[in-house]
Amino acid sequence: MVKKHGILEKIDDYRWMLPVTYKPGMKVPGIIYAEESMLDQIFEDKAVEQVSNVAFLPGIVGYSLAMPDIHLGYGFPIGGVAATNLRDGVISPGGVGFDINCGIRILRTNLTEKDIKVKIKDIVGALYSAVPSGVGSCGRIQLNQSAVDDILVNGSKWAVKLGYGRIEDLDNTEDRGRVEGVDPADVSSKAKERGIPQLGTLGSGNHFLEVAVIDHIYDKNAARVMGIENHGQIVMMIHCGSRGLGHQVCTDYTKDMVSGLQRHNIELPDKQLACAPISSREGQAYLSAMRGAANYAWANRQCITHLCRVALSTTLKISEQDLGMDLIYDVAHNIAKIEEHTINGKKEKLCIHRKGATRSLPAGHPLLPQRYQSIGQPVLIPGDMGRHSFVLVGTERSMSETFGSTCHGAGRLQSRKAAKKQLKGLQVLNDLAARGITVRTGNVHDLAEEASEAYKDVTSIVNVVHNAGISRLVFRTRPLGVVKG
Amino acid sequence: MKRFTFVEHTADLGIVAYGNDLEEIFANSAYGLFSIIADLRNVKENYTRDITVSGQDIESLLFTWLNELIYIFDVSSVLFKRFEIKEMNETHLKATCFGEVFDARRHHLKKGVKAATFHLLQVNKDKRQATVIFDV
Repeated sequence: MVKKHGILEKIDDYRWMLPVTYKPGMKVPGIIYAEESMLDQIFEDKAVEQVSNVAFLPGIVGYSLAMPDIHLGYGFPIGGVAATNLRDGVISPGGVGFDINCGIRILRTNLTEKDIKVKIKDIVGALYSAVPSGVGSCGRIQLNQSAVDDILVNGSKWAVKLGYGRIEDLDNTEDRGRVEGVDPADVSSKAKERGIPQLGTLGSGNHFLEVAVIDHIYDKNAARVMGIENHGQIVMMIHCGSRGLGHQVCTDYTKDMVSGLQRHNIELPDKQLACAPISSREGQAYLSAMRGAANYAWANRQCITHLCRVALSTTLKISEQDLGMDLIYDVAHNIAKIEEHTINGKKEKLCIHRKGATRSLPAGHPLLPQRYQSIGQPVLIPGDMGRHSFVLVGTERSMSETFGSTCHGAGRLQSRKAAKKQLKGLQVLNDLAARGITVRTGNVHDLAEEASEAYKDVTSIVNVVHNAGISRLVFRTRPLGVVKG
Repeated sequence: MKRFTFVEHTADLGIVAYGNDLEEIFANSAYGLFSIIADLRNVKENYTRDITVSGQDIESLLFTWLNELIYIFDVSSVLFKRFEIKEMNETHLKATCFGEVFDARRHHLKKGVKAATFHLLQVNKDKRQATVIFDV
């Protein structure tokens, strides 16, 4: 048997097993989806330890899974997937992360690269002005406490009802932009206070708006179903999450669950994995609050979508109708969901934690809108701001192997500090401009942290999930203009 | 003595904060946090706020203290630069914090901090230091 670093056992070219004997206390083995050439870096990063730590969670089912974009996180690795049973299994706020329902959406347009090439600076400028971004950014959408409660329960539906978008947008959003089972009383007043001024804002870090062009189509039929016909067609991406509201929900419940570990008789190698039985008071309250924060994030991306449509329409002097800026799909990549999966031939409801991982449902799945029944769920995988992004679709194999999950992005390669040591923000800005990519940011200083050099090559990541069969390539885009938070 | 140093972490950002006693370690942890968020050189001390937090042990106390400051920054846009710990034990802390409300004309914000995490969180009285990883 081929072993890597004396630990990982090769299953095939894209799958590596971390045996349950690796560390006493692991309840299941781990599986890492990766090419052999990626493993040295994954080891160096200590992310394998985190895959093994997740395997300690009570009630974990199957495997502690890691997608090829795996890298060191806090508690869970980023790119981690874990399913727990509802009988005696746990839910972990750290398995979702502080940015609850951080996610991405992609919109098509009728525009082509030729139409906007000379106007890209104006477009990026208009988007930068329309969507507040950066540290401490405040939105222009006025909310009060009761509106926040409404958003926690209704998500994107709230936004569309108020005119921030169209009814069709809901069909093309995971869970129609609204998960049920939220009691606003489970979300602390501190979290709500943070949520009031921040709706319709991008935030900072790796969040972005991107105008991109289709530069390769792998699956013409699936692309056509998504409204993508030709190379040169323009699309737009929005990547952000639940802002301070979500951060506070995770903070509140992590503390709550750390203090309950002893009471629930749970031993963990890392406190940030703190968890509680799904059936317990804390487990149920967290599930409700986390769903509320997820709904806030969907409302946030929905409001930003509206702001972007107006900005593009005004700048290009084209009606919104002629712009054809329809939502292709919106996915969450930091979330926990109660989903039905088949385990040993039996259907069972499980709690699926996706920490930097994307749902990847196959064609014919009942949760998909009519439009995508024939091709499967669109899976959106952004690269870094200098390289390609990809759209794939979910497959049957992801249902049978990864609880309907796949990768979520490029995955960091370098720490922020290391990236900055190597590059200066202004240099990154100029390099991108030389390659025809216009970037606007309120914080040039930190731009180096988001440079291509700081990330893994997303092309190699999507090739692994495509070749492993847990999702399938549909089209690729190249960035033209980026707003960085 | 250095108040804090940065720790390398792939996706996030950590600090080791130093101090001769718990009070100083906690004050320097908070100073490290706000040094990540903003350039503190131009920040005045014309705003004060009393903060009381508690936790079930010293680690949970540090987690709560730093996240309380992140919350205050998020809702009130206050940049704190000095922290007087008035009272503290392993589970309880009372402090007065000094700083200024963010002014875009004079202040430079550097990085958003989502939260202080429990990952690798450690308060070591003997080594006179604490380690915290922030989600940024």
